[in-house]
Amino acid sequence: MSENGNRKTLAIEASGLAKSFGETRAVDGVDLAVRTGTVYGVLGPNGAGKTTTIRMLSTLLLPDAGSARVLGYDVEREPDEVRGVVSLTGQLASVDEDLTGRENLILLGRLYGLKRDRAKARAAELLEAFGLADAAGRLVKTYSGGMRRRLDISASLVITPQVLFLDEPTTGLDPRSRNQVWDIIRTLVDGGTTILLCTQYLEEADQLADGIAVIDHGRVIAEGTPGQLKASVGSGALHVRLLDPDDRPRAEAVLQRNLDSVHREHDPAALSASCSDAERGAEAVAALSAEGIGIADFSLGQPSLDEVFLALTGRPPDEAEGEGQTDTDDRQEAA
Amino acid sequence: MNPDGIGTTTTTGAPPAAGSKLEAEAIRKALSATERPPRASAASAALSFGWRGMLKVKHVPEQLLDVTITPVMFVLLFTYLFGGAIAGSTGEYRDYIMPGVLVIAVLFTTVYSGIAINTDLTKGVIDRFRTLPIWSPSPLVGSLLGDCVRYLVAATVIVVLGLILGFRPDAGLPGILAAVAVVILFSFGLSWVFTTMGLVMRSPNAVMNAGFMTIFPLTFLSNVYVDPDTLPAGLEAFVNANPISHLVSASRGLMEGNVESENLIVALGTAALFTAIFAPLTNRLYRRS
Ligand SMILES: Nc1ncnc2c1ncn2[C@@H]1O[C@H](COP(=O)(O)OP(=O)(O)O)[C@@H](O)[C@H]1O
Ligand SMILES: [Mg+2]
Repeated sequence: MSENGNRKTLAIEASGLAKSFGETRAVDGVDLAVRTGTVYGVLGPNGAGKTTTIRMLSTLLLPDAGSARVLGYDVEREPDEVRGVVSLTGQLASVDEDLTGRENLILLGRLYGLKRDRAKARAAELLEAFGLADAAGRLVKTYSGGMRRRLDISASLVITPQVLFLDEPTTGLDPRSRNQVWDIIRTLVDGGTTILLCTQYLEEADQLADGIAVIDHGRVIAEGTPGQLKASVGSGALHVRLLDPDDRPRAEAVLQRNLDSVHREHDPAALSASCSDAERGAEAVAALSAEGIGIADFSLGQPSLDEVFLALTGRPPDEAEGEGQTDTDDRQEAA
Repeated sequence: MNPDGIGTTTTTGAPPAAGSKLEAEAIRKALSATERPPRASAASAALSFGWRGMLKVKHVPEQLLDVTITPVMFVLLFTYLFGGAIAGSTGEYRDYIMPGVLVIAVLFTTVYSGIAINTDLTKGVIDRFRTLPIWSPSPLVGSLLGDCVRYLVAATVIVVLGLILGFRPDAGLPGILAAVAVVILFSFGLSWVFTTMGLVMRSPNAVMNAGFMTIFPLTFLSNVYVDPDTLPAGLEAFVNANPISHLVSASRGLMEGNVESENLIVALGTAALFTAIFAPLTNRLYRRS
């Protein structure tokens, strides 16, 4: 990318973005550079600051410090211009549950300035395209999670946005709905939309994103392409479960010849080893068989977000945060 | 380590089913179809939000029960239960209380504006509204415009019931309509107070409680039910200063054809004052929260 073209090709640029809520530094100096027409994944556990970042970029929150531009418009000084080019599908369903799917889309069409007939036609078009035509006249609160998400995304597309913010679009969805959402995202990017995708799943970022920022406690702790990121983490792992736990010491020795950091898992028949290369993994498994060690099953996996975190921060993603979460939920139920 | 969290290389990138291929094609087509129209005007955006409010009433018409049953109960209760005791005859008390019941029926409804906004805030849809390129107060103005229709419903119920019970004020239908108009204007102003409450309080229930705890005493300590002359001096002074008393007097005056301009001025002035203070405050809170 040439230096002078850089400016134009960046759809989102943020530098030193920060936001605190009382004592909590939700976002603590985040820099982002997202090229136009790409999917950029912001990957992090619950409470990392993903939503807060998206809220600042989409003009919902004023940053305490730092600055950000979306397609060249400053989010603080030119919020109206920013709103003219972005759409947001928030973490909470950002459609009106007390209206029907069709009414939601017509309302948005009207708010975007479409004439009544055009807004109706547009709603019908989108409902059809997103497989919601049959449910168009039903109240959104009767929709399944997957339908709601699809409506939510289609609501962001009433007028095709140049930049789309998606906050955890597949959290809580079943695998089939998740795949549908992924297909939609791929189609959107093909159409030239720039997407900022917040997610807790490495696999999701891996599948969809051209670039990823891993964030934790409001800071970017790693950045790169999915490949770079996984490589920097030491990539995946080979998991092997033996037919006979007594074979484990022998199997361990075999694996150590082929792979690094072999270790025994809780399961007395299981072993794992770090393995970034499918071929070497296959060789290691073949070596076990050659030694006559019976294998119940094995898998060669990408690192999970847990592993990425462990590797990057030396600790698993915030157990404390998880507990805090349940506390909050309890309190809400009690209230 | 958690093996469940590990996606095996063999399961990633499942081939899309034939159905989803089709869908992708349709989405591609739907995407290329739109051009960005000129922005919606402030009025058109506000009216669209008013339409949203109407749709909610259409889907859950029961929510109008609150707006209609309470005032009906008030009219019947006061006219027939207390009328004889308070004013000597039911007919006389009915004529005294009708303009005031119109006022309280509509004013009680204004609390729901605050509840509605608070409910909205707990939902994600408000984030979408706030990222739209529209005049920023339009969701607020629009929902209050929608609420005015509810006020009109409440007013209509009272007026019709009154007419059925034999209420025939001297200024006739034009007088009644003028009174309804003034009451709705006042309510529009008052509802900004409740939208402000709706934005600072934590749950719809809290708004409801606080709202009714404000509006109940204020309506009871007015001249809706009894002539302030009959009250102890301190209370009488309070009742006479209460803007709701002025609104009730204006409503009575308009219906009877002998309205005092002072009452009209105080009632509408209060509405304007509420709007001037609480509308910008609501808007500020709304943009920030
Ligand atoms: N409105 C708020 N008030 C107080 N704390 C908040 C608020 N929003 C977020 N936080 C806190 O900021 C941190 C980051 O939150 P968030 O951006 O929602 O993270 P994520 O989306 O990555 O889960 C969390 O500790 C959260 O509790
Ligand atoms: Mg979040």
